[in-house]
Amino acid sequence: MLRKILTFLSFLAVISVSAVHADQKKIGFIYIGPPGDHGWTYMHDQGRIYMENALGDSISTTYIENVPENADAVRAIRKLAASGHDLIFTTSFNYMDQTLEVAKEFPDVKFEHATGFKRTDNVSTYSARFYEGRTIIGHIAGKMTKTNTIGYIVSFPIPEVIRGINAFYLAASKVNPDVKIKIIWNYSWYDPGKEADAANTLINQGADIIVQHTDSYAPCQAAEKAGVLAFGQASNQEAFCPNSHMTSIEDIWGPYYAAKAQAVVDGTWSSEDTWQGFKDGMVEMSPYNTKLLPLDLILEAKSMETAIENGTLHSFEGPIYNQAGELVVKEGEVADDGMLASMMFYVQGIEGEVPQ
Amino acid sequence: MSIELIIGILNIVLISTTPLVFAGIGELVTEKSGVLNLGLEGLMLVGAVTGFITLVLTGNYFYSLFLSILSGVILSGIFAFLVLNLMTNQIATGLALTIFGIGLSAMLGKKFGGTPIDGLNPYYFIVISFLLVFFVAYFLSKTKTGLIVRAVGENHNSAYALGYNVIKTRYLTIIFGGVMSSLAGYYISICYAPMWQEGMTAGRGWIALALVVFATWKPWRLLVGAYIFGGVAIMQMNLQAIGVKLPGQFFNMMPYLATIIVLVFISSNKLRLKLSAPSSLNIPFEKNQ
Repeated sequence: MLRKILTFLSFLAVISVSAVHADQKKIGFIYIGPPGDHGWTYMHDQGRIYMENALGDSISTTYIENVPENADAVRAIRKLAASGHDLIFTTSFNYMDQTLEVAKEFPDVKFEHATGFKRTDNVSTYSARFYEGRTIIGHIAGKMTKTNTIGYIVSFPIPEVIRGINAFYLAASKVNPDVKIKIIWNYSWYDPGKEADAANTLINQGADIIVQHTDSYAPCQAAEKAGVLAFGQASNQEAFCPNSHMTSIEDIWGPYYAAKAQAVVDGTWSSEDTWQGFKDGMVEMSPYNTKLLPLDLILEAKSMETAIENGTLHSFEGPIYNQAGELVVKEGEVADDGMLASMMFYVQGIEGEVPQ
Repeated sequence: MSIELIIGILNIVLISTTPLVFAGIGELVTEKSGVLNLGLEGLMLVGAVTGFITLVLTGNYFYSLFLSILSGVILSGIFAFLVLNLMTNQIATGLALTIFGIGLSAMLGKKFGGTPIDGLNPYYFIVISFLLVFFVAYFLSKTKTGLIVRAVGENHNSAYALGYNVIKTRYLTIIFGGVMSSLAGYYISICYAPMWQEGMTAGRGWIALALVVFATWKPWRLLVGAYIFGGVAIMQMNLQAIGVKLPGQFFNMMPYLATIIVLVFISSNKLRLKLSAPSSLNIPFEKNQ
């Protein structure tokens, strides 16, 4: 009820700011959280600002924040489409069907859906290979843990999140076969209190490193308070936990947003699937914390980044088995993008089951 | 399970349940006097952001607590004026207060999101929350003023005929509820997760509202109910971390589900009397009846 009213109010806000010059291309964004979350939505908003600065007066942008991933999203997206937007970015996985539904009604409007896999003539998909960053932090975690227990806080059981867990575990168990990960599913992207509870629960159960795939910096802060180590998510979170933050996986959307906006301005936009990682700069690691990490480990991490960039290292190198012990990636091969995009199983060694 | 593990779990339960106790006990008193304030979420957010901003600007915990409480007094005072003097619809006004609070807190906190602060020790607040429940239980059942509050909530016309000041009583209970909500918000942004982020209360105001119904308007049951809600949430996290497969979505909706079940029970009239739902709840009071 409340969310509906909020969504409605944000529509009004959008309408009021939408008075622009006719020759400008209007570009809209749908955000899952507030731009001030210092995580996922914050980085998309940074991308939007980058795009505005890069393209100047040829575009104008609007965004609707805190849009829930349900039928309300349809109305939010439709509102942007109906108010003359030329390009609309929907920045969360579960906006997928809603984006397609609205795209069908507005064939002349271009849509860009983040982290999804369904495309049509006017719907592109794009995502970053965050899992490459998870390979790096998995490697670091495997070497840095003393209790061999790593706490991992996650949001929803979707391929992107499960892929991250797997990439992390594969890298960690490679350097430390005794490593165990304890996973807590929060079923929300953004609830600082709950994320802090989850971090404290994991620390209480013996985890000495906290990894998160949720959007606030509460887990990192909880780790700092308890004196254990942590990795940040989406943006550099060092300021909030200087004594426990080893590095963060950063999402860099700006150049991609600018390129797609330019394509709309030039009239060359076409539907495509973009999935970029370290190589194209869509994923970056925050500066490694030299106070916490030994120098040789930092150098290892950096050389892994380079190896992933030039293709000599892949996060999912065979042989990889699933929990049932079946070979899913053969020796000498790497997981293809199709498998990665629909990954809904844990690799061998992870305890517990993927929630349905 | 080792002793340390159990103590650790209890510790986390205490820390995470306290905001529900604060907001819940305040709303309980407000509702006991016959006013339904749906604005808890908004009050909590404004309390959280004013406390946070003051702490960042002055570095003084006392000032930040004071201003946070003041924000609760002002906002709930406005709410009281609207529903008591102008006799606006309580539900609509409460919702408006929530929406206003969400927007206002986001606007005020825009520049402060992501400023690191030193959090305050939560244990003071945990102790205060228990004392408050004790105080409210005693106040409502053993003091004359407490009985007047209940009389006003049961039948405001009779209470008025007996010479009690219905409007004044409700002003005070609404403001008490508002202050408790701001305290809950202050606790969240200063102790529980020391930060400011938009919408950081993440629905706890609504859970506190559900809690009052779940507790059938009894202070001690509210405390027990809060710890059931909080305890179940933390236990399911512990079980997950041990590797037990659980439907996490189910636990997210549990507080609301439990409340709906209680509501179904209350809806039969005889029980309702026993369960002490205030009869004048959400009914506007007109002096010249």
